[in-house]
Amino acid sequence: MRVFSISGALRAFLFRPTPPMPSRRDFLKAGGVSLGALAVAPELLRAAPGSPLLAAPGAFRPLPPLYTDPATRELMLEALDAAKRAGASWADVRISRNRNNSVNTREQQVTNVVESDTMGCGVRVLVDGCWGFAATQELTSAGVGMAAQEAAAIAKANRVARDRRIELAPAPAHPDATWRSAYTIDPFTVSLEDKVGLLLAANAEAQKVANIRFVNSGLSFVKEERNYANTDGSVITQDYVRSWVTMSCTAVANGEVAVRGPEVVQPAGRGWEYVLEADITANAPKWAGEAAEKLTAKSVDVGRYDLILHPSQLFLTIHESLGHPTELDRVMGYEANYAGTSFMAPPEKVLGSLKLGPPMMNLIGNRSEVGALATIGYDDDGVMPDDFHIIKDGILNDFQTTREQAPLLNWWYEKNGQQPRSHGCSYAQSWADVQFQRMPNVSLQPGEEDLSWDDLIAATDRGIAMIGRSSYSIDQQRYNAQFGAQLCYEVRNGKIVGQLKDVAYQMRTPDFWNSLDMLGGKSSYEFGGTFNDGKGQPSQANAVSHGCPPVRIKNINVINTGRSL
Amino acid sequence: MHARLNNAMAANGVLGEADAQSVVERAVRLSKADAVNISVQSGRETNLRFADNQLSTAGATTNTTIRVESVFGQRRASVVTNDRTDEGLRRAVEQSEVIAKLAPEDPEYLGPLGAQTYTPIPAWFDSTAELSADARAQAALTALTKARAANDLTVAGYIVCNASASALGNNAGLFAYHRSTNANYTLTARTNDGTGSGWAAAEDNDWTQIDFEAVARDAIDKARRSANPVAIEPGRYTVIFEPEATANLVSVMRGALQARSADEGRSAFSKPGGGTKVGEKILDERVTISSNPRDPLVLAAPFDGDGLPVQEETWIRNGVLEQLSYSRYWAQRQGKPVTTGGNSLRMEGGSESVASMIANTERGIVVTRLWYLRAVDNRTLVYTGLTRDGTFLVENGKIARSIKNFRFNDSPLFMLNNLEAVGPAVRTAGGGSLVMPAIKVRDFNFTSLSDAV
Repeated sequence: MRVFSISGALRAFLFRPTPPMPSRRDFLKAGGVSLGALAVAPELLRAAPGSPLLAAPGAFRPLPPLYTDPATRELMLEALDAAKRAGASWADVRISRNRNNSVNTREQQVTNVVESDTMGCGVRVLVDGCWGFAATQELTSAGVGMAAQEAAAIAKANRVARDRRIELAPAPAHPDATWRSAYTIDPFTVSLEDKVGLLLAANAEAQKVANIRFVNSGLSFVKEERNYANTDGSVITQDYVRSWVTMSCTAVANGEVAVRGPEVVQPAGRGWEYVLEADITANAPKWAGEAAEKLTAKSVDVGRYDLILHPSQLFLTIHESLGHPTELDRVMGYEANYAGTSFMAPPEKVLGSLKLGPPMMNLIGNRSEVGALATIGYDDDGVMPDDFHIIKDGILNDFQTTREQAPLLNWWYEKNGQQPRSHGCSYAQSWADVQFQRMPNVSLQPGEEDLSWDDLIAATDRGIAMIGRSSYSIDQQRYNAQFGAQLCYEVRNGKIVGQLKDVAYQMRTPDFWNSLDMLGGKSSYEFGGTFNDGKGQPSQANAVSHGCPPVRIKNINVINTGRSL
Repeated sequence: MHARLNNAMAANGVLGEADAQSVVERAVRLSKADAVNISVQSGRETNLRFADNQLSTAGATTNTTIRVESVFGQRRASVVTNDRTDEGLRRAVEQSEVIAKLAPEDPEYLGPLGAQTYTPIPAWFDSTAELSADARAQAALTALTKARAANDLTVAGYIVCNASASALGNNAGLFAYHRSTNANYTLTARTNDGTGSGWAAAEDNDWTQIDFEAVARDAIDKARRSANPVAIEPGRYTVIFEPEATANLVSVMRGALQARSADEGRSAFSKPGGGTKVGEKILDERVTISSNPRDPLVLAAPFDGDGLPVQEETWIRNGVLEQLSYSRYWAQRQGKPVTTGGNSLRMEGGSESVASMIANTERGIVVTRLWYLRAVDNRTLVYTGLTRDGTFLVENGKIARSIKNFRFNDSPLFMLNNLEAVGPAVRTAGGGSLVMPAIKVRDFNFTSLSDAV
């Protein structure tokens, strides 16, 4: 990358010794006395002295050791005790600090710099088979105790409308567990100049390309310091970082507008090192050139084509058409009022029999792939997730589950000689939200032969090769979908002959995947993902990745989306 | 100071005006920046979900966040915290100052907004803010009891109440405070054979105005009537959109009402060759679209996120694009007045009922609501999406049968040029502070069938 030059005055400021800011812990200690309550502040949650404010450009600290701070542990155990005193048969508690940093630019100006840092406590209880949840920002024993009491009171109030008791699948306790995501440079220790410098340098490169009128770019980082405890005896601390760099190049000429981006680099469960590897300054002219070339792209002729889908486009089709309908809460109707249900229902009629693709098709749910967004050590039920085949040799094999849902599939696991268990898919977007079933990484396995993107194109007589996520829409049971792409190339006789525009494919999920006839190999396997998968009421965001190779799908209906006013 | 913080938290956890003002004033006093803008958002949300004829999750979340934007010259940055203590506030102010000094100059920054005058809007109802968990459970029982007794139905629903306060202030004399409540109920009933689904909903600032019995009756009636749908050919149809479906499509025009993207040549309201379509007739003359924070059906906030007073603004009058929305910066640059419409949007209603629209239709389709709308082309506002939870064929003035859902590819700019009839405007419940009528349009473009129920 290009190094951002800093002025002498700025440098003097940056290297000026600055007194460390008082930590949150110090305050809560002092404040607790007047509150007349235990006042411990979570050590891990305190404002770290190595905050971004003091970081010099290019200077990165090694990551600190990870452990559950005794004060945080004590506060969590107090919350669990309060829940039990209030009548809970089971309870869990999360105390977390959520940090967000975003920097946005357009052309040669910065439009927005925001640093967000919130923390709090969420307590979930089971009383007499009913759920209750309450969240508070008061991190004192009085505060978390009141949240536990309110959660129990809500659960008791709901008893009048209970039908069946909630029962949880057993899970081993993890009394002293820690986990950290695969990052080496904490983005929250990177200076603002490094971030701004990178974006503006990349924008400048894109702006040099003919007909590029607008360039927007941005960085978005999340750091979650997650502490969890439950009445099974688990106490878990996790440190999770994710990063996303976006860039969109807009070309304008002769009344035409063409955009490439903003998702030109996939988000990842990694740190600043991932942003550097993406090398947006070197790639910006390519992305800008693709937007400019799109100005003269040919409008697609409607009809049936063989589609060659790049992982940057395909991941979203996997997410929508295979990821969502295999969420067991949707299958059972728990999302009927919002996100929808699933065409893969009821489980006893589809597990082991529904043919979703050819025998070469294998789809694995996991929270273990290094650098993927849903990767985590322990889920928000306190479960260590496992890897599981959702589709095995083309046949539906399993669903995504939590501890509340796994018992619904006991019959299936017993039939297959498997130990019934949750797959570890419980997640809440923050301490302020209740956890529920969310998508793990759902990844399409590469083919046995190591075919590349180019091999798939070379094998195709009449097709369209599609790169990058664009417009996407799917029905509430995940049958009928329509997807566009950022870049569409016409393929004739094994060669790309030019860009197309106004392209979208319409599909019916089982028909589409059963038309899969070529899979890329291991070396073509890539991740695509998003920070913002929405589900639930109130709606929560989940970050998830999908690994996949490029694929070829035969004979798919392509429509032309171009209209004029 | 700690005692004051405790007093600041009312029983419902939402900051009152004096306490919000004290947070703003403390932050202003701590600031060493040329300008400092403070935003305090305080809220309590209570909710209850049910599905598969039983309760699922229920909760209460209380939180207050403070956003501090510090400005030195043209350099600025924001820090958000939920630590309301003196120390937390001091740290947020200092952090935002450190980051702001490092930020490049923002040529679009215009300086802090001075004191403004707002007319208060009474959007707060204790009935919503102080609602008990027992009352929510009893409300859920209205639908649960019916479905459990019926044997042919499964219901899923969501009850959510929000009580919130928003305060803005700075060191140039601005102070704004507004508090509001909102109660929202959505319900989906499905037939147990998996072939029928019906949705109904209600929303109001005042919990006591939500008619839980009526919502349950409507959703259940629609679920039963929509069972066993038949497939009919996709194509262009006369369509009667119920108010929720109208809202789904008309609200996508909001983004295009920004003057800047139109002036920059990248919106549906840009004129080919330069300029905008302001002053041109773009829609049927019965279409008037406006924003009004004092709309009696949606009591919204009297100021926007920058602290600018929100006035009633008409964007499209009798089919003519009357004006676009100008931010402070863009207004100054273009020599125009600032126009901020706030969050609400209303399409003026007419007098024809849905029943009458059906009676006057030889062949057409009734749509309850739309789902998963995504832009296909921002230049034309062509969106794709699907019908959901109650789609019916009309033949010879009567609902003839339930039909399978469709995917559409169409634009509100085409739809509102093909207008046949307009019903009374009502508050919709899908979110977004929208007041919309049922409408009947011709030649709406359904492009494929969906098997989804």
